[in-house]
Amino acid sequence: MGTRRKQPAALRVVGKAIRKVDATAKVTGVTRFADDLFLPRMLYAKLLRSPHPHARITGIDISQARALPGVKAVLTGRDLPIPFGILPVSQDEHALALDKVRFVGDPVAGVAAASEEIATAALDLIEVRYESLRPITDAEDAIAHPEPRIHDYGDGGNLHKLVNLEFGDVAEGFAAADLVREDLLFFEGSTHLPMEQHAAVADWSPLPDGKLTLWSSTQTPHYVHRALAKVLELAPAKIRVVATPNGGGFGGKSDPFSHEIVVAKLAMLTGRPVKITLTREEVFYCHRGRHPTLMWVKTGVKKDGAITAMHFKSLLDGGGYGSYGVASTYYTGALQTVTYHVPRYKFQGARAFTNKPPCGPKRGHGTPQPRFALEVQLDKIAEQLGMDPAELRLKHLVPANSLTANWLKIGSMGLGECIRKVVDGSGWKEKFRKLPPGQGIGLACSSYITGAGLPIYWNPLPHSGVQLKCDRGGGVTVFCGSTEIGQGSDSILAVLAAEVLGLDPFDIAVVTGDTDLTPVDLGSYSSRVTLMTGNACIQAAERARDVIASHAARKLDLPVERLAFADRRVFDVADPAHGLAFAEAVQLAEAAEGTIGTVGSYTPAPSPGKYRGAGVGPSPAYSYSACVARVDVDPASGIVRVPRVWIAHDVGRSINAATVMGQIEGSVYMGLGEALMEEMAYRGNRNVVHKIPSLLEYKSPTTLEMCDIVTYVVEDPDPNGPFGAKECGQGPLLPLPPAVANAVYDAVGVRIDEVPITPEKVFKALRRKEKGEEPRFGPTQFPDIAWPEPTRVAPPWEGGDGRAVEAGQGRSMADEPARARRR
Amino acid sequence: MLRLPSFTYLQPSTLAEAVRMKADAGPEGSYVAGGTDLYPNMKRRQQEPRVVVSLMGIRELRGCEMRDAGCLVGPCITLTDLCTHPTIRQHYDTVAHAAELVSTPLLRNMGTLGGNLCLDTRCNYYDQTYEWRKAIDFCMKKDGHICWVAPSSPRCWAVSSSDVAPVMVALGAEFRLVGPNGERVVPAARLYANDGINYLTKQPDEILAAVRLPATDGWDATYHKLRRRGSFDFPVLGVAVWLRWDGRYVAAARVVLGGVGSRPQEVAEAGAALTGTDLSDESIGAAAEAAYRPAKPLDNTDFDLSWRKQMTRVYVKAALDELRARRR
Ligand SMILES: Cc1cc2nc3c(=O)[nH]c(=O)nc-3n(C[C@H](O)[C@H](O)[C@H](O)COP(=O)(O)OP(=O)(O)OC[C@H]3O[C@@H](n4cnc5c(N)ncnc54)[C@H](O)[C@@H]3O)c2cc1C
Ligand code: SF4
Repeated sequence: MGTRRKQPAALRVVGKAIRKVDATAKVTGVTRFADDLFLPRMLYAKLLRSPHPHARITGIDISQARALPGVKAVLTGRDLPIPFGILPVSQDEHALALDKVRFVGDPVAGVAAASEEIATAALDLIEVRYESLRPITDAEDAIAHPEPRIHDYGDGGNLHKLVNLEFGDVAEGFAAADLVREDLLFFEGSTHLPMEQHAAVADWSPLPDGKLTLWSSTQTPHYVHRALAKVLELAPAKIRVVATPNGGGFGGKSDPFSHEIVVAKLAMLTGRPVKITLTREEVFYCHRGRHPTLMWVKTGVKKDGAITAMHFKSLLDGGGYGSYGVASTYYTGALQTVTYHVPRYKFQGARAFTNKPPCGPKRGHGTPQPRFALEVQLDKIAEQLGMDPAELRLKHLVPANSLTANWLKIGSMGLGECIRKVVDGSGWKEKFRKLPPGQGIGLACSSYITGAGLPIYWNPLPHSGVQLKCDRGGGVTVFCGSTEIGQGSDSILAVLAAEVLGLDPFDIAVVTGDTDLTPVDLGSYSSRVTLMTGNACIQAAERARDVIASHAARKLDLPVERLAFADRRVFDVADPAHGLAFAEAVQLAEAAEGTIGTVGSYTPAPSPGKYRGAGVGPSPAYSYSACVARVDVDPASGIVRVPRVWIAHDVGRSINAATVMGQIEGSVYMGLGEALMEEMAYRGNRNVVHKIPSLLEYKSPTTLEMCDIVTYVVEDPDPNGPFGAKECGQGPLLPLPPAVANAVYDAVGVRIDEVPITPEKVFKALRRKEKGEEPRFGPTQFPDIAWPEPTRVAPPWEGGDGRAVEAGQGRSMADEPARARRR
Repeated sequence: MLRLPSFTYLQPSTLAEAVRMKADAGPEGSYVAGGTDLYPNMKRRQQEPRVVVSLMGIRELRGCEMRDAGCLVGPCITLTDLCTHPTIRQHYDTVAHAAELVSTPLLRNMGTLGGNLCLDTRCNYYDQTYEWRKAIDFCMKKDGHICWVAPSSPRCWAVSSSDVAPVMVALGAEFRLVGPNGERVVPAARLYANDGINYLTKQPDEILAAVRLPATDGWDATYHKLRRRGSFDFPVLGVAVWLRWDGRYVAAARVVLGGVGSRPQEVAEAGAALTGTDLSDESIGAAAEAAYRPAKPLDNTDFDLSWRKQMTRVYVKAALDELRARRR
């Protein structure tokens, strides 16, 4: 938009390993998380949660609780009757259950009291009468039992969403194949497990001003802002949402939550600040984690491994509410096409409602499950074809700057380089199928989006905005709605502004995640922040630089093109001694033009897919990863250990080499947990309670289980990324589970087609192998589902234009409600 | 967050004072040492004492010294001190090893030997918050009537989950108990009862005042622990083996399993299978088989119960292999 993108000859800050701008505060305990906030006269809130998985509420009596000394207010569903939900198509949540509860842990009433103890005591005095309904325990149960319905909307019975998309004639593709494989795989649900439990504080300045402020550990203050406005019926201008630094998010703090709305309402009712801090158990009930997903995949290949067609089915166990589930469902089918060339592709996805905490976006959102299925299947295919699995993959990579069968636009593509790095680094050629029994090595790859191409609610506005202010003392402040969840997004803004303006990152003040102070950024999800806020920040910084440069040039008597910004100076590139201090240059500009402030924003380019469902999958850029895992399997017990992982990630360009490394290592850690042990387990026969809602019993690796990691950062700059950067916070998780599964097969010759790969499963598969049965543990059938007619879209190479062949197909999931109403 | 309920906290400095305070408090009183078991349980309202009597200020509950060819250990020694104590390391390495396998360094800095030996039995229907337990209408061990693990059972099957207790039983340690009616000494095995609720035979007011480890002559022992992760986790199976050697042959043996019943469970047949042998493969196999048969894990801990049962064989064999390797 008008500004020239002048890339400095050599990058001074970008790409270095830099201490995060908020690191010192974090390690010295100075950072104020939401639970650290104390306001004068503050009250404490607790939520009464449902002890029933599925029941109608027939009556609530709050009189005793209300009478308890110290209790200041008690809320029930009737006080907050307007529904909300993160997606416009799934406005199915109430802050407090209105007339029905849908899982054990569903909030039913809220209490504000002078202390947390009193609030807790009051919960026991609230009398709720329930009429039990048959609970739906899992996705298969939901298909078998359309009644009683958990929600009265969706695609019939207890199915929330059904998707059926076909890109070219897959039957023809299978007919042309030399080998067709069908596999069934299952990926268990897991939760985010952030160290910080969700917390929120609300404050209400009384009428006539009437302004609500909510501090919350949220990844998406903008969406919380919208939900509060809707449910509390307040003008957006009367609400300020401040995202406090998150002690980890991983997707678990991306929805507007009951507790946020309840403390807001309690503050409005009592006129006093109200705080809530969830217990660990309650965090398990907020959940929104990985969908348990059953998958069936059929792939046809030629003798050389070239894929001729793929048909993929997924069945997601959604839990009690919609959350991001519609998007999650599409995501289980969206990115199969972006790694290896798939000329014909069919995807059928279903999401079921069940009486468990709602699933949603967890690191990798909807894509680790299909990636597991695909990469394990490719390992089996390679074996059947007698090919090295690394070679097979290398031979059929999606080309850079191309379109996929489902109309995703690939930009830079560094997967080949990633594969070569881990193959060389791990000594793959010497080890694969050659290690002693019990030791194994496995390979898998993946790709992930760098930001969703479309916002969550339909709008034509920028996805990210930045305001930048130059201080006459030489400092710069960057204002942006993005939220720091530990991933380092504040540092990204500082580094990029510093790079463009020739400053030190610690000269940049960063103000983020505050709906009063900062322009909108959609939030810390979908790996969008570095690319989107980064581009917005660069734009704002370049505009500031241009203003400052024009005045400095006049003073130095030089053409603007001759100026460089570095080392807190503005100077002549040809004669660096000839120049001004940056602060001086700012003062010249400010004297001439008044306060120096600029803005920048970023909107992704429209994507070529125009069919309904094309809204999920497009991204400005795709990151790529390849991973080799070494495992040791004890044949006596089935216990699997992973001593080492080699991982290469194509990040486009590192903005901060230290945080890139941190994100990759963190992804490996989380992926390892999902591969080996993490499991959202419920007792279906005992009221569908969560079996283990605690940090002790929900098993996640400790440092002792953590593997050594050899990391290779591959930099294949993408034209859409800031200085070429792509994501690195989610993608590197994806290849872990399949790499481990493939390595287990290499070690002991059994296929575990299901994560987590627990000792019990390996042990059973080994027993089967001993008995001469199929050496495998995994699901055995995919239920029959009444799929709707497929939306047929011709792939680009079959003369398509990105639109559905049949009439009546829309553009994005976001405009579905409007469509549904019209129908 | 989860809050502790209000309670009265007392700090006696002598055993007699402690016993009196506890007797005064009656059923509403509880002893506490490191509190790493009691306080989390109180937060979840599994235990609801109104008066908590700390044993940590009583000097005589602290020491650790060799005496009369054995070793006398004060129960209020922290697990960290226990597993780093030179005497214990030198003469009772298995005790140190078992203590070191308890939970995490932080919990070992607080948790004590006495608390570990009196540790409440565990069950994942019971080690849950009040609200969670309410959703299943509670269970027999606290606030309810039925056992969810074995609904037709008249008793509670909560699991003995101490790492050190099976070792004490295998070693034949003795415990000194001090209560309102004086004091007595019991063999370690006799402290435990096979009932998830009344898992200790001691009277509630009795204090475990000393642990006496046997003389260090001619025996060897080891402890193997099965758990999901290398830290933090309770045992889902513990195998403690004690052997007395007579030349090349085993003169006596005890195999004790933790984590499979409501008390540390000695498998006499396993010990018998070893006695008189030189720990041949066959005798180890027979002992492993003997331990496997009675092990009866239920679905109330981490891991699948059938796999846990299978692992008894594997772990008993591994423990015996280790002892054999050490002898040769
Ligand atoms: C996350 C976590 C993980 C754990 N992992 C393990 C593990 O792997 N293995 C394991 O064995 N334990 C484990 N524990 C349990 C516990 O931490 C240890 O067993 C510890 O040694 C208990 O000692 P304490 O002094 O803290 O006990 P306390 O909590 O003080 O006491 C426990 C019980 O013993 C009674 N008691 C204590 N001392 C005496 C005494 N001298 N006389 C009479 N009664 C007494 C108390 O009244 C109370 O009922 C774990 C605990 C937690 C919270
Ligand atoms: S074994 Fe049965 S009675 Fe005992 S704690 Fe568990 S569920 Fe309750």
